[in-house]
Amino acid sequence: MAMNEPKQVSVQDLIAQKSNRGLLAFIEKLIPKLLLAIAAVSVLTTIGIVLTLIVETTIFFSRVSVFDFLTGTEWYPFANSTPTYGILPLIVGTLKIAGIATVVAVPIGIATAIFLSEYASDRVRRIVKPVLEVLAGVPTIVYGYFALTFVTPILRSMFPEIAIFNAISPGIVVGIMIIPMIASLSEDAMSSVPNAMRDGAYALGSTKLEVALKIVLPAALSGIVASTVLAISRAIGETMIVALAAGSTPGFNLDVTGSIQTMTAYIVQVTTGDAGYGTTIYYSIYAVGFTLFLFTLFMNMLAQFISKRFREEY
Amino acid sequence: MRYINHEDVAVRTKKRLTKNLLLKGVFAAATTFGLIVLAVLLYRIITQGSGYLSLDFFTSFSSRIPENSGIRAAIVGSIYLMLVVAPVSMFLGVGTAIYLEEYATKNKFNDLIKVNISNLAGVPSVVFGLLGLTIFVRYFDLGISILAAGLTMSLLILPIIIVASQEAIRAVPNELRDASFAMGATKWQTILRVVLPASIPGILTGSILALSRAIGETAPLVVIGIPTILMFMPDGLMSTFTALPMQIYDWTKRPQVAFHDVAAAGIIVLMALLIIMNSIAVFIRNKYQKRY
Amino acid sequence: MTTTIKPATDVLENKEPKVKGPKASVYKTNQLNLWYGSNHALKNIDLDIKENEVTAIIGPSGCGKSTYIKTLNRMIETIPSVKTSGEIIYRDRNIFGKDYQVEELRTKVGMVFQKPNPFPKSIYDNIAYGPRIHGIKNKKILDEIVEKSLRGAAIWDEVKDRLQENAYGLSGGQQQRICIARCLAIEPDVILMDEPTSALDPISTLKVEELVQDLKKDYSIIIVTHNMQQAARISDKTAFFLNGEVVEYDETDKIFSNPSDSRTEDYISGRFG
Repeated sequence: MAMNEPKQVSVQDLIAQKSNRGLLAFIEKLIPKLLLAIAAVSVLTTIGIVLTLIVETTIFFSRVSVFDFLTGTEWYPFANSTPTYGILPLIVGTLKIAGIATVVAVPIGIATAIFLSEYASDRVRRIVKPVLEVLAGVPTIVYGYFALTFVTPILRSMFPEIAIFNAISPGIVVGIMIIPMIASLSEDAMSSVPNAMRDGAYALGSTKLEVALKIVLPAALSGIVASTVLAISRAIGETMIVALAAGSTPGFNLDVTGSIQTMTAYIVQVTTGDAGYGTTIYYSIYAVGFTLFLFTLFMNMLAQFISKRFREEY
Repeated sequence: MRYINHEDVAVRTKKRLTKNLLLKGVFAAATTFGLIVLAVLLYRIITQGSGYLSLDFFTSFSSRIPENSGIRAAIVGSIYLMLVVAPVSMFLGVGTAIYLEEYATKNKFNDLIKVNISNLAGVPSVVFGLLGLTIFVRYFDLGISILAAGLTMSLLILPIIIVASQEAIRAVPNELRDASFAMGATKWQTILRVVLPASIPGILTGSILALSRAIGETAPLVVIGIPTILMFMPDGLMSTFTALPMQIYDWTKRPQVAFHDVAAAGIIVLMALLIIMNSIAVFIRNKYQKRY
Repeated sequence: MTTTIKPATDVLENKEPKVKGPKASVYKTNQLNLWYGSNHALKNIDLDIKENEVTAIIGPSGCGKSTYIKTLNRMIETIPSVKTSGEIIYRDRNIFGKDYQVEELRTKVGMVFQKPNPFPKSIYDNIAYGPRIHGIKNKKILDEIVEKSLRGAAIWDEVKDRLQENAYGLSGGQQQRICIARCLAIEPDVILMDEPTSALDPISTLKVEELVQDLKKDYSIIIVTHNMQQAARISDKTAFFLNGEVVEYDETDKIFSNPSDSRTEDYISGRFG
């Protein structure tokens, strides 16, 4: 009877046979180093960006004085006889766009956040938030097309003094582009204010508006300000909308109805043009890019500082 | 002595409620603004571009004549670009996320990586273009190629993929890891067989959204200097190419208004691609959400 | 800051002398039913709550006591799926009446919550919040209200030197008394307390209980508690809730010494809950 009995297999024995602890231990040692190397790529990217900008900018500054670059109010790199490289007009152009965008986006973005966080029902919120995400996912080239072929003609029909290329139309459209960013991040900040706080205010006879403006908004302020700073930084770095609709006439003035140029648009102008490698114009895009990089880096660090330093502890 | 006159309160309450209602209207209007803009934008593009949308539009190269223009080279170029960007960015992004979530201890270098990633996310795309132009196109001498552009785009969307993957990995409960360890599995076995399978939906969703950003991104391509008019198909990673957003940019810039409509047709294709990618991402998110 | 001097007859009509005779009702609840979606949480509640008394509501978890107190100032309506029937008469007006604004009701009926929930503002701004939204802007008057309210909540001495500091720097017990002071600042008629000491340590609990005793001179207080000893210590009347119904409502002494319903007796003696 005993001969047909199935042979008892011990799983533990099998494991002992199969196991290759040496190889496993080797893999376990290797993997973290490999992953660390991969993680270092992001750091290398930053180093690459900074080095690239510094090296090429240094060459630029061996030909153009730093002082003239930083204080000059005339940017005429393409002038045949005496090209001038004063960055202020490009900075002013960039700030015009960022300023108009901020004026459009901050009130609408925060009002949207208040509506979604304090007034809207769950159902409305579930519909509106994804639509705003779609708005945030529209490529900037599409917004640029929209600015040039739709917003500009409308503005020109209302105010004939506005030129085909101007600051106001791309400014508005950049504003539209950053609304979802402000709205969504501010809404996150407001939603994370605990309901107990709202209840406390409602129990004192507050209206929704008072709860929103006097309790929730102040409590979420650091998040809202940080989101706004991030959005402005995005507006400063925005390229395609301004490259298409803002023109290429850097000017040191406050006019928003005529053609201007931003830092980003200048880089596009040079790289799509035929300025050869090694020319001063070629190196100038790195000096401009470096300036742009410092601007956005400062804004991003400011946003991080605000959200860390002023975070409310409930 | 009483400070609050409750009869006054009743009168004031009416005013306060009116104010509340009024501002609710304002807030709602602001919310609707975004929705209206999106509707107008889509309507404009569809009405302008649909006339040029035909089979020929997909099979023709760009042309001097609006009627003959198409996106053949551009769409193939965009697909090639994604073939580089998807594996490179996901390999780097997921690897970094695993390192940060599973291996990194709290030390200065790892803090540096984290701060670095959030700052990298804020660098304008045009600056990434300068990086690509200098390092990949010139220094590594890859030329104006699919590979150079693909690597540049990969670095651009790397922070998005890292952050999304980190969130997905963090969402895997520690009980699952413990269960695996308790059976004698090593750390890497646990990550490979328990953590990654559990977090793959989140990683995929985030990665697809990041790729959809890359497919519509124009500025780095402009800076690298890829051509807008290309009369042949790319034949390999080192080949030069053009891409959909680049083609749209070129048509939009042209003075002839007819080309604006061609651009709109290109935008319809681009947006359709994005909607498909986003739908896949949302589908994955909804299907696999909260399995544990 | 109007001191309304009411004619003598008015006083006689509305407010019975405190020493003798029956006290006036602040809240009369008639056949109140409440549903969370399809869950019938309150069933045919009838309660008559008198002024200048402490009324305790006790019962096991899930019996509806918290739901009931939140219905009294309609805070329950912040939950979207809630439906009610029946009426609650507060000082001769049905609080569910179409013309009754919740904001007006809540100005007269203050509430203290289970967990202290000061606003993330300074102590001063916490107390001044209520008066400010109700239109009081004069700094001097606000100062007086803040002091009076903090004194009323027996916390003035502890915080008078740091009124501009964030209320979150205080201990849990102090925070809860700040919340009580915040509630006193709008000079309510009734104070609702929803398990106000459940998140506090014993010493802070004692302070709040003493405060409640003190406040009942000027206010009608309705307090929900899961702590039967607390109800016995501080309340004049006690209502025992079970499964969304009022099982028994009577003088606290009677409830705890000689309850008429066997379920009350079971609960009091700790046989369930």
